[in-house]
Amino acid sequence: MHIAEDRAVEDAARYIACPQCDTLHLEAEIPEGHTADCTYCGYTLAAPRNNAYARVLSLSVTALILMVGAVFFPFISLDAAGLSNRASVMDAVFAFSDGLMLPLSLAVALLIVLIPVARLAAIAYTLLPLVAGRRPYRFAEPAFRLAERMRPWSMAEIFIVGVAVALVKVSGLASVHFGPAFWAFAGLVIVTVLQDNAMCRYTIWKALEAQRA
Amino acid sequence: MRTARQAGLVACNHCYLVHGPEESRCRRCGSHLVSRLPGSLQRVWAWLLAGLVVYIPANVYPMLRTATLLDQEQSTIVGGAVELFNHGSYGVAAVVFVASVMIPIGKFIAIGYLALGVRRQVQMHAHRRHQLYEAVEFIGRWSMIDVFVVAILSALVQLGSVAIVHPGIAAVSFALSVAFTMLSAQSFDPRLIWDADEESA
Repeated sequence: MHIAEDRAVEDAARYIACPQCDTLHLEAEIPEGHTADCTYCGYTLAAPRNNAYARVLSLSVTALILMVGAVFFPFISLDAAGLSNRASVMDAVFAFSDGLMLPLSLAVALLIVLIPVARLAAIAYTLLPLVAGRRPYRFAEPAFRLAERMRPWSMAEIFIVGVAVALVKVSGLASVHFGPAFWAFAGLVIVTVLQDNAMCRYTIWKALEAQRA
Repeated sequence: MRTARQAGLVACNHCYLVHGPEESRCRRCGSHLVSRLPGSLQRVWAWLLAGLVVYIPANVYPMLRTATLLDQEQSTIVGGAVELFNHGSYGVAAVVFVASVMIPIGKFIAIGYLALGVRRQVQMHAHRRHQLYEAVEFIGRWSMIDVFVVAILSALVQLGSVAIVHPGIAAVSFALSVAFTMLSAQSFDPRLIWDADEESA
Protein backbone atom coordinates (compact mmCIF):
# COMPACT_ATOMS: atom_id res chain seq x y z
CA MET A 1 0.00 0.00 0.00
CA HIS A 2 1.37 3.37 -0.95
CA ILE A 3 0.70 6.40 1.16
CA ALA A 4 1.47 9.91 0.06
CA GLU A 5 3.96 11.76 2.22
CA ASP A 6 2.05 15.01 2.21
CA ARG A 7 -1.08 15.76 4.14
CA ALA A 8 -3.30 15.91 1.09
CA VAL A 9 -4.33 12.41 2.06
CA GLU A 10 -6.94 13.82 4.40
CA ASP A 11 -9.63 14.79 1.93
CA ALA A 12 -8.93 12.94 -1.28
CA ALA A 13 -8.97 9.46 0.15
CA ARG A 14 -9.95 8.50 3.63
CA TYR A 15 -7.67 6.41 5.72
CA ILE A 16 -8.18 4.47 8.89
CA ALA A 17 -5.47 3.28 11.26
CA CYS A 18 -5.36 0.08 13.26
CA PRO A 19 -6.02 0.94 16.93
CA GLN A 20 -3.49 -1.68 18.02
CA CYS A 21 -0.46 -0.87 15.85
CA ASP A 22 -1.35 2.44 14.14
CA THR A 23 -0.82 1.01 10.62
CA LEU A 24 -2.61 3.03 7.95
CA HIS A 25 -5.18 1.42 5.65
CA LEU A 26 -7.36 2.87 2.91
CA GLU A 27 -10.95 2.99 4.09
CA ALA A 28 -12.86 0.59 1.87
CA GLU A 29 -16.36 -0.77 1.59
CA ILE A 30 -16.33 -4.17 3.28
CA PRO A 31 -18.99 -6.58 1.98
CA GLU A 32 -21.28 -8.24 4.52
CA GLY A 33 -19.99 -11.56 5.74
CA HIS A 34 -16.36 -10.60 5.11
CA THR A 35 -13.74 -9.73 7.69
CA ALA A 36 -11.10 -7.02 7.39
CA ASP A 37 -7.94 -7.68 9.39
CA CYS A 38 -5.04 -5.30 9.93
CA THR A 39 -2.37 -6.11 7.35
CA TYR A 40 0.39 -5.75 9.92
CA CYS A 41 -0.75 -7.07 13.31
CA GLY A 42 -3.79 -9.10 12.25
CA TYR A 43 -6.29 -7.30 14.52
CA THR A 44 -9.88 -7.57 13.23
CA LEU A 45 -10.83 -4.07 12.13
CA ALA A 46 -14.27 -4.81 10.74
CA ALA A 47 -16.59 -7.78 10.42
CA PRO A 48 -19.96 -6.61 9.06
CA ARG A 49 -22.71 -9.23 9.14
CA ASN A 50 -26.07 -9.54 7.37
CA ASN A 51 -28.89 -7.78 9.21
CA ALA A 52 -26.47 -7.06 12.03
CA TYR A 53 -28.25 -3.96 13.35
CA ALA A 54 -31.66 -5.61 13.53
CA ARG A 55 -30.14 -8.68 15.14
CA VAL A 56 -28.06 -6.77 17.70
CA LEU A 57 -31.01 -4.50 18.50
CA SER A 58 -33.41 -7.39 19.06
CA LEU A 59 -30.84 -9.26 21.15
CA SER A 60 -30.23 -6.14 23.27
CA VAL A 61 -33.94 -5.68 23.90
CA THR A 62 -34.28 -9.40 24.72
CA ALA A 63 -31.40 -9.15 27.17
CA LEU A 64 -32.96 -6.11 28.85
CA ILE A 65 -36.25 -7.96 29.35
CA LEU A 66 -34.43 -11.02 30.70
CA MET A 67 -32.51 -8.77 33.09
CA VAL A 68 -35.77 -7.46 34.57
CA GLY A 69 -36.84 -11.06 35.21
CA ALA A 70 -33.42 -12.00 36.58
CA VAL A 71 -33.49 -9.21 39.14
CA PHE A 72 -37.07 -9.47 40.37
CA PHE A 73 -37.87 -13.19 40.33
CA PRO A 74 -36.50 -15.67 42.89
CA PHE A 75 -33.05 -16.85 41.88
CA ILE A 76 -32.05 -19.92 43.86
CA SER A 77 -33.35 -21.64 46.97
CA LEU A 78 -31.60 -23.96 49.34
CA ASP A 79 -33.00 -26.71 51.57
CA ALA A 80 -31.19 -28.53 54.35
CA ALA A 81 -32.40 -30.30 57.47
CA GLY A 82 -35.82 -28.75 57.27
CA LEU A 83 -34.43 -25.26 56.94
CA SER A 84 -34.65 -23.39 53.71
CA ASN A 85 -33.51 -20.10 52.33
CA ARG A 86 -33.95 -18.41 49.02
CA ALA A 87 -31.85 -15.70 47.50
CA SER A 88 -32.48 -13.29 44.67
CA VAL A 89 -29.84 -11.52 42.60
CA MET A 90 -30.46 -8.48 44.81
CA ASP A 91 -29.61 -10.55 47.91
CA ALA A 92 -26.29 -11.44 46.29
CA VAL A 93 -25.69 -7.74 45.66
CA PHE A 94 -26.47 -6.87 49.28
CA ALA A 95 -24.37 -9.74 50.68
CA PHE A 96 -21.65 -7.19 51.45
CA SER A 97 -23.94 -4.56 52.90
CA ASP A 98 -22.83 -4.75 56.54
CA GLY A 99 -20.24 -2.24 57.69
CA LEU A 100 -16.92 -1.86 55.94
CA MET A 101 -17.86 -3.88 52.89
CA LEU A 102 -20.76 -1.69 51.78
CA PRO A 103 -18.84 -0.19 48.81
CA LEU A 104 -18.38 -3.72 47.48
CA SER A 105 -22.17 -4.13 47.35
CA LEU A 106 -22.35 -1.06 45.15
CA ALA A 107 -19.54 -2.42 42.96
CA VAL A 108 -21.28 -5.79 42.56
CA ALA A 109 -24.57 -4.02 41.71
CA LEU A 110 -22.72 -2.03 39.04
CA LEU A 111 -20.88 -5.01 37.57
CA ILE A 112 -23.73 -7.49 37.31
CA VAL A 113 -26.85 -5.33 36.90
CA LEU A 114 -26.39 -1.59 36.38
CA ILE A 115 -23.53 -1.54 33.86
CA PRO A 116 -24.98 -4.38 31.72
CA VAL A 117 -28.36 -2.59 31.67
CA ALA A 118 -26.82 0.79 30.84
CA ARG A 119 -24.72 -0.76 28.10
CA LEU A 120 -27.65 -2.63 26.52
CA ALA A 121 -29.82 0.48 26.68
CA ALA A 122 -27.10 2.62 25.06
CA ILE A 123 -26.67 0.09 22.24
CA ALA A 124 -30.45 -0.08 21.66
CA TYR A 125 -30.60 3.74 21.65
CA THR A 126 -27.84 3.90 19.02
CA LEU A 127 -29.22 1.18 16.78
CA LEU A 128 -32.97 1.84 16.81
CA PRO A 129 -32.87 4.68 14.24
CA LEU A 130 -30.30 2.79 12.14
CA VAL A 131 -32.64 -0.18 11.85
CA ALA A 132 -35.52 2.11 10.93
CA GLY A 133 -33.30 3.87 8.37
CA ARG A 134 -33.71 7.24 10.05
CA ARG A 135 -31.34 9.90 11.34
CA PRO A 136 -29.59 8.80 14.55
CA TYR A 137 -30.93 10.27 17.78
CA ARG A 138 -29.16 13.15 19.50
CA PHE A 139 -26.14 12.03 21.50
CA ALA A 140 -26.10 8.64 19.73
CA GLU A 141 -22.30 8.96 19.31
CA PRO A 142 -21.49 9.61 23.00
CA ALA A 143 -23.97 6.88 23.96
CA PHE A 144 -22.24 4.32 21.74
CA ARG A 145 -18.80 5.43 22.93
CA LEU A 146 -19.96 4.93 26.50
CA ALA A 147 -21.30 1.47 25.62
CA GLU A 148 -17.91 0.52 24.21
CA ARG A 149 -16.12 1.84 27.29
CA MET A 150 -18.40 -0.14 29.63
CA ARG A 151 -17.81 -3.40 27.80
CA PRO A 152 -15.04 -4.88 30.02
CA TRP A 153 -16.97 -3.90 33.17
CA SER A 154 -20.15 -5.68 32.17
CA MET A 155 -19.72 -8.95 34.06
CA ALA A 156 -23.07 -10.76 33.93
CA GLU A 157 -21.49 -13.84 32.31
CA ILE A 158 -18.78 -13.98 34.96
CA PHE A 159 -21.43 -13.82 37.68
CA ILE A 160 -23.20 -16.88 36.28
CA VAL A 161 -19.94 -18.88 36.32
CA GLY A 162 -19.47 -17.71 39.92
CA VAL A 163 -22.95 -19.02 40.72
CA ALA A 164 -22.02 -22.40 39.24
CA VAL A 165 -18.90 -22.58 41.42
CA ALA A 166 -20.90 -21.58 44.51
CA LEU A 167 -23.48 -24.29 43.82
CA VAL A 168 -20.79 -26.95 43.67
CA LYS A 169 -19.55 -25.72 47.04
CA VAL A 170 -22.98 -26.07 48.69
CA SER A 171 -24.12 -29.18 46.84
CA GLY A 172 -22.87 -31.48 49.59
CA LEU A 173 -24.54 -29.42 52.28
CA ALA A 174 -28.03 -28.84 50.94
CA SER A 175 -30.32 -29.41 48.00
CA VAL A 176 -30.57 -26.58 45.51
CA HIS A 177 -33.61 -25.42 43.52
CA PHE A 178 -33.46 -23.01 40.64
CA GLY A 179 -36.00 -20.21 40.35
CA PRO A 180 -37.11 -18.47 37.14
CA ALA A 181 -34.51 -15.74 37.65
CA PHE A 182 -31.72 -18.27 37.32
CA TRP A 183 -32.92 -19.32 33.89
CA ALA A 184 -33.50 -15.69 32.92
CA PHE A 185 -29.92 -14.88 33.90
CA ALA A 186 -28.51 -17.89 32.05
CA GLY A 187 -30.51 -16.86 28.96
CA LEU A 188 -29.23 -13.33 29.35
CA VAL A 189 -25.64 -14.55 29.24
CA ILE A 190 -26.23 -16.51 26.02
CA VAL A 191 -28.05 -13.60 24.40
CA THR A 192 -25.25 -11.19 25.40
CA VAL A 193 -22.59 -13.44 23.89
CA LEU A 194 -24.58 -13.72 20.62
CA GLN A 195 -25.03 -9.95 20.61
CA ASP A 196 -21.33 -9.28 21.15
CA ASN A 197 -20.42 -11.61 18.30
CA ALA A 198 -22.83 -9.97 15.87
CA MET A 199 -21.76 -6.43 16.71
CA CYS A 200 -19.05 -4.70 14.68
CA ARG A 201 -18.27 -1.29 16.14
CA TYR A 202 -16.49 0.01 13.06
CA THR A 203 -19.51 -0.74 10.86
CA ILE A 204 -21.80 0.99 13.37
CA TRP A 205 -19.61 4.11 13.40
CA LYS A 206 -19.69 4.23 9.60
CA ALA A 207 -23.45 3.75 9.53
CA LEU A 208 -23.97 6.52 12.11
CA GLU A 209 -21.89 8.84 9.97
CA ALA A 210 -23.72 7.89 6.78
CA GLN A 211 -27.15 8.41 8.36
CA ARG A 212 -26.18 11.80 9.77
CA ALA A 213 -25.01 13.11 6.42
CA MET B 1 3.97 -0.71 6.56
CA ARG B 2 3.52 2.85 7.65
CA THR B 3 1.88 4.19 10.77
CA ALA B 4 -0.42 7.19 11.10
CA ARG B 5 2.14 8.83 13.36
CA GLN B 6 4.91 8.46 10.80
CA ALA B 7 2.67 10.15 8.23
CA GLY B 8 2.09 13.01 10.68
CA LEU B 9 -1.53 11.99 11.23
CA VAL B 10 -3.61 11.05 14.25
CA ALA B 11 -6.05 8.14 14.28
CA CYS B 12 -9.26 7.93 16.32
CA ASN B 13 -9.16 5.20 18.97
CA HIS B 14 -12.86 4.44 18.64
CA CYS B 15 -13.76 4.52 14.95
CA TYR B 16 -10.19 4.35 13.51
CA LEU B 17 -10.66 7.38 11.21
CA VAL B 18 -7.41 9.24 10.49
CA HIS B 19 -7.16 13.03 10.94
CA GLY B 20 -4.64 15.80 10.40
CA PRO B 21 -2.45 16.74 13.37
CA GLU B 22 -4.33 20.01 14.02
CA GLU B 23 -7.64 18.34 14.82
CA SER B 24 -8.54 17.51 18.40
CA ARG B 25 -11.95 15.83 18.03
CA CYS B 26 -12.86 12.98 15.71
CA ARG B 27 -15.05 14.09 12.81
CA ARG B 28 -16.91 10.78 12.77
CA CYS B 29 -17.51 9.86 16.39
CA GLY B 30 -16.55 12.99 18.32
CA SER B 31 -14.02 11.35 20.63
CA HIS B 32 -10.87 13.08 21.79
CA LEU B 33 -7.93 12.45 19.46
CA VAL B 34 -4.53 11.38 20.74
CA SER B 35 -1.78 9.68 18.78
CA ARG B 36 -0.60 7.77 21.86
CA LEU B 37 -2.32 7.68 25.25
CA PRO B 38 -0.56 10.37 27.32
CA GLY B 39 1.44 9.06 30.27
CA SER B 40 0.49 5.50 29.36
CA LEU B 41 3.43 3.74 31.03
CA GLN B 42 3.23 5.79 34.24
CA ARG B 43 -0.42 4.89 34.63
CA VAL B 44 0.25 1.23 33.84
CA TRP B 45 2.89 1.02 36.58
CA ALA B 46 0.80 2.97 39.09
CA TRP B 47 -2.30 0.79 38.70
CA LEU B 48 -0.20 -2.36 38.59
CA LEU B 49 1.56 -1.47 41.84
CA ALA B 50 -1.77 -0.63 43.50
CA GLY B 51 -3.18 -3.96 42.30
CA LEU B 52 -0.17 -5.83 43.64
CA VAL B 53 -0.38 -4.14 47.05
CA VAL B 54 -4.05 -4.98 47.60
CA TYR B 55 -3.50 -8.52 46.33
CA ILE B 56 -1.49 -9.26 49.50
CA PRO B 57 -4.31 -8.73 52.04
CA ALA B 58 -6.63 -10.50 49.59
CA ASN B 59 -4.62 -13.66 50.17
CA VAL B 60 -3.85 -13.25 53.86
CA TYR B 61 -7.31 -12.43 55.21
CA PRO B 62 -10.34 -14.74 55.00
CA MET B 63 -12.58 -14.63 51.97
CA LEU B 64 -15.40 -16.56 53.70
CA ARG B 65 -16.41 -17.16 57.32
CA THR B 66 -18.60 -20.23 57.79
CA ALA B 67 -20.40 -20.73 61.09
CA THR B 68 -22.01 -24.08 61.82
CA LEU B 69 -23.56 -25.32 65.06
CA LEU B 70 -20.31 -26.84 66.21
CA ASP B 71 -17.58 -24.63 64.95
CA GLN B 72 -16.57 -21.64 62.94
CA GLU B 73 -14.09 -21.72 60.13
CA GLN B 74 -12.49 -19.17 57.91
CA SER B 75 -11.12 -19.82 54.48
CA THR B 76 -8.76 -17.81 52.32
CA ILE B 77 -8.67 -17.80 48.53
CA VAL B 78 -6.15 -20.64 48.27
CA GLY B 79 -7.81 -22.44 51.21
CA GLY B 80 -11.15 -22.40 49.39
CA ALA B 81 -9.63 -24.01 46.29
CA VAL B 82 -7.82 -26.64 48.38
CA GLU B 83 -11.07 -27.43 50.19
CA LEU B 84 -12.88 -27.99 46.88
CA PHE B 85 -10.04 -30.23 45.73
CA ASN B 86 -10.27 -32.31 48.90
CA HIS B 87 -14.02 -32.69 48.38
CA GLY B 88 -13.25 -34.26 45.01
CA SER B 89 -14.51 -31.36 42.90
CA TYR B 90 -11.32 -31.21 40.87
CA GLY B 91 -12.77 -29.27 37.92
CA VAL B 92 -14.27 -26.52 40.06
CA ALA B 93 -11.17 -26.38 42.25
CA ALA B 94 -9.17 -25.82 39.07
CA VAL B 95 -11.53 -23.02 37.93
CA VAL B 96 -11.18 -21.23 41.28
CA PHE B 97 -7.41 -21.72 41.39
CA VAL B 98 -6.90 -20.52 37.83
CA ALA B 99 -9.22 -17.50 38.19
CA SER B 100 -8.03 -16.35 41.61
CA VAL B 101 -4.36 -17.29 41.71
CA MET B 102 -2.91 -18.05 38.29
CA ILE B 103 -4.66 -15.31 36.29
CA PRO B 104 -3.88 -12.47 38.76
CA ILE B 105 -0.24 -13.47 39.16
CA GLY B 106 0.14 -14.14 35.44
CA LYS B 107 -1.35 -10.71 34.78
CA PHE B 108 1.08 -8.92 37.08
CA ILE B 109 3.99 -10.59 35.29
CA ALA B 110 2.57 -10.11 31.79
CA ILE B 111 1.73 -6.41 32.21
CA GLY B 112 5.09 -5.73 33.85
CA TYR B 113 6.85 -7.50 30.99
CA LEU B 114 4.89 -5.58 28.33
CA ALA B 115 5.63 -2.24 30.03
CA LEU B 116 9.33 -3.12 30.36
CA GLY B 117 9.46 -4.15 26.71
CA VAL B 118 8.54 -0.61 25.63
CA ARG B 119 11.66 0.93 27.09
CA ARG B 120 14.25 -1.78 26.65
CA GLN B 121 15.10 -4.73 24.47
CA VAL B 122 13.23 -7.90 25.41
CA GLN B 123 13.37 -11.42 24.03
CA MET B 124 9.80 -11.79 22.86
CA HIS B 125 8.93 -10.61 19.36
CA ALA B 126 6.49 -7.69 19.02
CA HIS B 127 3.81 -9.88 17.43
CA ARG B 128 4.01 -12.29 20.35
CA ARG B 129 3.88 -9.44 22.87
CA HIS B 130 0.78 -8.13 21.11
CA GLN B 131 -0.86 -11.54 21.48
CA LEU B 132 0.07 -11.50 25.15
CA TYR B 133 -1.55 -8.05 25.50
CA GLU B 134 -4.76 -9.24 23.84
CA ALA B 135 -4.84 -12.29 26.12
CA VAL B 136 -4.39 -10.11 29.23
CA GLU B 137 -7.18 -7.77 28.09
CA PHE B 138 -9.49 -10.70 27.41
CA ILE B 139 -8.86 -12.84 30.47
CA GLY B 140 -8.35 -10.24 33.23
CA ARG B 141 -12.00 -9.64 34.08
CA TRP B 142 -12.65 -13.35 34.72
CA SER B 143 -10.75 -13.12 38.00
CA MET B 144 -13.84 -11.45 39.45
CA ILE B 145 -15.44 -14.95 39.73
CA ASP B 146 -14.35 -15.42 43.34
CA VAL B 147 -15.99 -12.19 44.47
CA PHE B 148 -19.29 -13.35 42.96
CA VAL B 149 -18.90 -16.78 44.55
CA VAL B 150 -18.59 -15.10 47.94
CA ALA B 151 -21.59 -12.86 47.20
CA ILE B 152 -23.90 -15.70 46.21
CA LEU B 153 -22.74 -18.01 49.03
CA SER B 154 -23.28 -15.31 51.66
CA ALA B 155 -26.73 -14.55 50.30
CA LEU B 156 -27.75 -18.19 49.97
CA VAL B 157 -26.23 -20.03 52.90
CA GLN B 158 -28.21 -18.49 55.76
CA LEU B 159 -29.47 -21.72 57.26
CA GLY B 160 -29.67 -20.87 60.94
CA SER B 161 -28.24 -23.72 62.96
CA VAL B 162 -26.99 -25.71 59.95
CA ALA B 163 -24.63 -23.19 58.46
CA ILE B 164 -24.28 -19.45 57.99
CA VAL B 165 -21.77 -17.93 55.61
CA HIS B 166 -20.43 -14.39 55.94
CA PRO B 167 -18.19 -12.60 53.48
CA GLY B 168 -14.63 -11.91 54.62
CA ILE B 169 -12.73 -8.67 54.23
CA ALA B 170 -10.43 -10.25 51.63
CA ALA B 171 -13.32 -10.04 49.14
CA VAL B 172 -12.95 -6.25 49.11
CA SER B 173 -9.20 -6.25 48.54
CA PHE B 174 -9.46 -8.98 45.92
CA ALA B 175 -12.14 -7.07 44.00
CA LEU B 176 -9.96 -3.94 44.17
CA SER B 177 -6.95 -5.91 42.95
CA VAL B 178 -8.87 -7.20 39.92
CA ALA B 179 -10.22 -3.71 39.14
CA PHE B 180 -6.77 -2.08 39.48
CA THR B 181 -5.08 -4.59 37.19
CA MET B 182 -7.90 -4.18 34.64
CA LEU B 183 -7.28 -0.41 34.74
CA SER B 184 -3.56 -1.07 34.39
CA ALA B 185 -4.11 -3.17 31.25
CA GLN B 186 -6.51 -0.57 29.84
CA SER B 187 -3.94 2.21 30.41
CA PHE B 188 -1.41 0.36 28.28
CA ASP B 189 -1.34 1.69 24.74
CA PRO B 190 -0.68 -1.35 22.48
CA ARG B 191 0.84 0.92 19.84
CA LEU B 192 3.84 1.36 22.14
CA ILE B 193 4.75 -2.29 21.48
CA TRP B 194 5.24 -1.54 17.81
CA ASP B 195 6.81 1.90 18.30
CA ALA B 196 9.65 0.39 20.30
CA ASP B 197 10.08 -2.35 17.72
CA GLU B 198 10.36 0.11 14.91
CA GLU B 199 12.83 2.40 16.69
CA SER B 200 15.21 -0.47 17.36
CA ALA B 201 14.95 -1.80 13.81
